[in-house]
Amino acid sequence: MLTELYVVGQSPLHLAPPALKLGLLFVYCTLLFVIPHPGVLAIGAVLVALGYGLSGLKASHAVMAVRPAFYVLVIIFAVQLWLEGPGMAAYIVARFACLLMAASLVTFTTKASEFIDGILAALTYAPAWVPKAKIALAMSLVWRFIPMVRGIFDEVREAQSARGLGRNMTALFVPIIVRTLKSADEISEAIHARSLED
Amino acid sequence: MTTRDIVFIALFAAITAVAGIFPPITLPLLSVPITAQSLGVMLAGGVLGAKRGALSIILLLVLVAIGLPLLSGGRGGLAVFLGPSAGFLAGWVVAAFVIGWLTERFWDGLSFIHAALICAFGGIVVMYLIGIPWITLSAGVPLAKAIGGSIAFIPGDLVKCVIAAGVMITVKRSYPIIGARVA
Repeated sequence: MLTELYVVGQSPLHLAPPALKLGLLFVYCTLLFVIPHPGVLAIGAVLVALGYGLSGLKASHAVMAVRPAFYVLVIIFAVQLWLEGPGMAAYIVARFACLLMAASLVTFTTKASEFIDGILAALTYAPAWVPKAKIALAMSLVWRFIPMVRGIFDEVREAQSARGLGRNMTALFVPIIVRTLKSADEISEAIHARSLED
Repeated sequence: MTTRDIVFIALFAAITAVAGIFPPITLPLLSVPITAQSLGVMLAGGVLGAKRGALSIILLLVLVAIGLPLLSGGRGGLAVFLGPSAGFLAGWVVAAFVIGWLTERFWDGLSFIHAALICAFGGIVVMYLIGIPWITLSAGVPLAKAIGGSIAFIPGDLVKCVIAAGVMITVKRSYPIIGARVA
């Protein structure tokens, strides 16, 4: 089963089209970078906070957005503190926090399937040289393959730890890759059999 | 691109995603965790070749961007492309391409040493050439400081190169994809 970061809700942000949200995020990021002024950043921070409030997300979601980058941000803060002083250090780190929270706001309020529908809809307008059918095929295949490879991965790991090789990366990766690649032939034959052209 | 190529691309995107859930190994001396995910990037290039390898990493990044937590540590969503280490994600695509291209070039008579050097060039030199300037650009940290901060990751990356080279050579012997004639 694939989990996603989407948080269920019915707010205006949840219902807005994904393309609009991406566009706004793009404008937001560009403005924060192009106008390096604390006032702009403060407005940006208020906007993000409003967005989280509006979409019914909790403060813990905002923390979740920043947490993966936490240690890097601490290091950046320390370096900036030493080079430029506390004001600049706080500004840079706060700007990152705003960007990360804004981006996560889009992720939290948009289902992966909405994005995929959006991508596929956009592909119909793409020029003829874009292999639309193949892109769509690759995206739907990988959806199915992740649980499958995970199953192979668990089996191989169990088998190798029974041999005392559970931590040996080579002993894990070789069988996983060979088994996975071997299934590629069967899968592409099955696709051909269902007469999806090559 | 045949259907088989598409299947390979999707499979390797899945392998790299699954490599992210592999528990990170911490080197005894430095406390920098090594995740298996960038190993998946090296192998995408080294097993599938330049074009298919790079496309499989792009496919993985698209899935991450639309909100699946497939990066190591359960990271995902658009935020990872705006953070300070986003340059390394773009570097993955180029690294997979460069490793794939060099592997294709030296395919006949590819030895373990060759494979390890190729992985080190693509997975360390090329990757850092893209990742470090992004840190400088986005965080305003001077280049020298950003390089200094990244050196801690190099021992772990070297370990990955050795592992990736071993896997590449073994897969080349048992189930080669790059040199294989299309039936």
